[in-house]
Amino acid sequence: MATTTATTADAPAHEHAHHPPHLQHHFVSSEQQFDSAKLGMWLFLITEILLFSGMFVAYTVYRVWHPETFTAASAFLDWRLGGLNTLVLLFSSYTVALSIHYAQKDRLDRTFWMLVITLACAGVFMIVKAFEYGGKFAEGVFPGEAFDPVGHYAPLADIPYARQFFSIYFVMTGIHGFHVLVGMGIFLWLLFRVRRGDFNSEYYTHIELAGLYWHLVDIIWIFLFPLLYLIGHGGGGH
Amino acid sequence: MSATAKATAAPAAHQGASYNYLNHDKSVWSWLSTVDHKRIGVMYAFTLAIVFLVAGVLAILVRTELYAPGETIMGPDAYNQTFTLHGIMMVFLFLVPSIPAILGNFVLPIQLGAKDVAFPRLNLASYYIYLIGGVLVVSAIIFGQVDTGWTFYTPYSSDGGSAVIFMTLAIFIAGFSSILTGINFIVTIHKMRAPGMTWNRLPLFVWGLYATSIVQVLATPVIGITMLLLLLERVLGIGIFDPALGGDPILFQHFFWFYSHPAVYIMILPAFGIISELIATFSRQRIYGYKAIALSSVAIAMLGFLVWGHHMFVSGQSAVSAVIFSLITYLIGIPSGIKVFNWVATMYKGSIWLQTPMLYALTFLFLFTIGGLTGIMVGVLAVDVHLHDTYYVVGHFHYVMMGGTVMALLGGLHYWWPKMTGKMYNETAGKIAVALIFIGFNLTFFSQLILGSQGMPRRYYDYIPAYTGLHQVSTIGSYILAAGLFLVLFYLLWSMFKGARAPANPWGAATLEWTHCTSPPDPHNFHHTPLVTRGAYDFHLADEVFGAQSGDGAGDGAHAPARLAGDGRVAEPQ
Repeated sequence: MATTTATTADAPAHEHAHHPPHLQHHFVSSEQQFDSAKLGMWLFLITEILLFSGMFVAYTVYRVWHPETFTAASAFLDWRLGGLNTLVLLFSSYTVALSIHYAQKDRLDRTFWMLVITLACAGVFMIVKAFEYGGKFAEGVFPGEAFDPVGHYAPLADIPYARQFFSIYFVMTGIHGFHVLVGMGIFLWLLFRVRRGDFNSEYYTHIELAGLYWHLVDIIWIFLFPLLYLIGHGGGGH
Repeated sequence: MSATAKATAAPAAHQGASYNYLNHDKSVWSWLSTVDHKRIGVMYAFTLAIVFLVAGVLAILVRTELYAPGETIMGPDAYNQTFTLHGIMMVFLFLVPSIPAILGNFVLPIQLGAKDVAFPRLNLASYYIYLIGGVLVVSAIIFGQVDTGWTFYTPYSSDGGSAVIFMTLAIFIAGFSSILTGINFIVTIHKMRAPGMTWNRLPLFVWGLYATSIVQVLATPVIGITMLLLLLERVLGIGIFDPALGGDPILFQHFFWFYSHPAVYIMILPAFGIISELIATFSRQRIYGYKAIALSSVAIAMLGFLVWGHHMFVSGQSAVSAVIFSLITYLIGIPSGIKVFNWVATMYKGSIWLQTPMLYALTFLFLFTIGGLTGIMVGVLAVDVHLHDTYYVVGHFHYVMMGGTVMALLGGLHYWWPKMTGKMYNETAGKIAVALIFIGFNLTFFSQLILGSQGMPRRYYDYIPAYTGLHQVSTIGSYILAAGLFLVLFYLLWSMFKGARAPANPWGAATLEWTHCTSPPDPHNFHHTPLVTRGAYDFHLADEVFGAQSGDGAGDGAHAPARLAGDGRVAEPQ
């Protein structure tokens, strides 16, 4: 792979300014192609924010209506697991940024390993999430009509509208988790393409776009974590 | 007229016309897998024509049932499902994609002087995503029992028939198609313009599509999450919208209209763009107030996000918010009025050429003005209490959507038909069809405005005998309207096989798709990237249209300097 990159980088500038292999026929230049892809991605991220905004509005409405419920029910979420996942995601945002940095520097081997770490972090996030969901399902805390808390969660049965809080929790974290899974798929595909030598310092569009996407997934979690996990721990934990 | 004569007389043997995007590869697979924006536009045209036909037949069934009080041709359940399907198919599967997907896809890149949209494969993907949405709607028809109306209000939709799930999923998926088209167009307009194509030289159709795309990108995700939440409400009972579970059905209405009000601007803004093209071209006049028309589209797109509450004046929102929503609703009348004013001013002292597309543009002006003014009236708080949920709203909506969007679509389709197919349609048949449509439309929907003001509620299966006369006028009008539309279908299909060959620029228009492109266009649109030296409506500078030598419009940027030798306006390309 190192040789591939080297030849591309050393090739006469004007030659591949006309016909670099990655340049699609309807673009005039690589810059135009890269800028278009980036603008498209930013627009897509806007649609993602608006998708989540609907859920944040629903959260706000019901929290204003039932503030006590939200505080009390939130205390049943484990802030340590949520906090761990926050750190994991923040770290993965750092590694995915580094993977782009190394692609710009033509050090695709490092790009590869940074993507591996990012993928691993996403995996850790999903495993922690699976433990959280599993623990709740085991004691009857389901989204919607199946909500029937027992054991550790039994007190929830006496909190009016606790079911609604957990519906919102499952929907928001569920859709966020789905985005993490999609991200993992994208990183696997990128790892394959980096290994195949598709990218170099002049063409790393897909890595850049995946990075943008991953930062968005991270930012949304940064809003979800305090709004869901921390509002019940205002008085110094329980 | 002289332009046509000149264009027809021009040498027809230009190599581009015989080798074009339609015939360079004729296999079925080359169509299904195409990433050519022109072919995708044509595929959308066929698909949407079928949707429009089915949804239109449903409308005729509804009107026939309403011909007399009591049961006429179907029972109440069938009636409820029929008008629901008519609404869902027309709004989500036809009107939302219509102009951008058909004409936008075909024309936008050529008007910009680009080879294609920025993301051709995404463009094809959006077509297939749309198809999946369409198939789900059809499956919902087969599973039956969707009678919620196109608005899906909870709690009825959250505990009604099970096929609502298919419908909401269908709309969720079709929404992605709309989002992808919007993203694609915005990026294309920003990044793919030919040299010299500045923002102030963009054809107004492009501006209309730009404003539309902004709304698509910002509003559609909200209907996506709304439909997803409704789906989860149905499947799991998450209690967000269902009052029995502690949810708030009004929240659903807020979410729904936060998309669906801007969605009417998704439907009408590209129509404004087409009308600007038609009126400028067929008046042979520089468009009056170019910037005002361009920016008023953007203003409508922005203000359109702040008026959703005017659908909910009687649903239970605070008086203060109702007043604010009402005021912003009046504000939207201003940019719309600016447009109508500018279009009329463009025609003033122009050389008006009353070909079929221009007749549609004039029909649009007439019908849309009625639609807009009735819209202001339902935006008045006290008046709305009387008119809410009556046929007045139905009439207003159809004046805007059918009288506005569909008329503009028909005008645009006739205008670009020679470019798309390389064939001329029959002008006489076209004019007869416009007349039928105009008369039929007004009979159908003006009677509904009167019915509504008299108190006839919308969506009702039955009515008191006093309303019979106007209902019969409306039904007969709908038959005349249908006859006009079938005539259009007939002569357009006829022209594809028997029509006269179209010259490159039959209308003497001055935008790139006419001046620099053969009919039908080359697979790559242009032989050389055009070099733009004037605005889209600067007829006085358009020597390639009205100039001395070549009126065939088949020129390209590379030849322009030679043809315009001695003219300092055209620089050497590259």
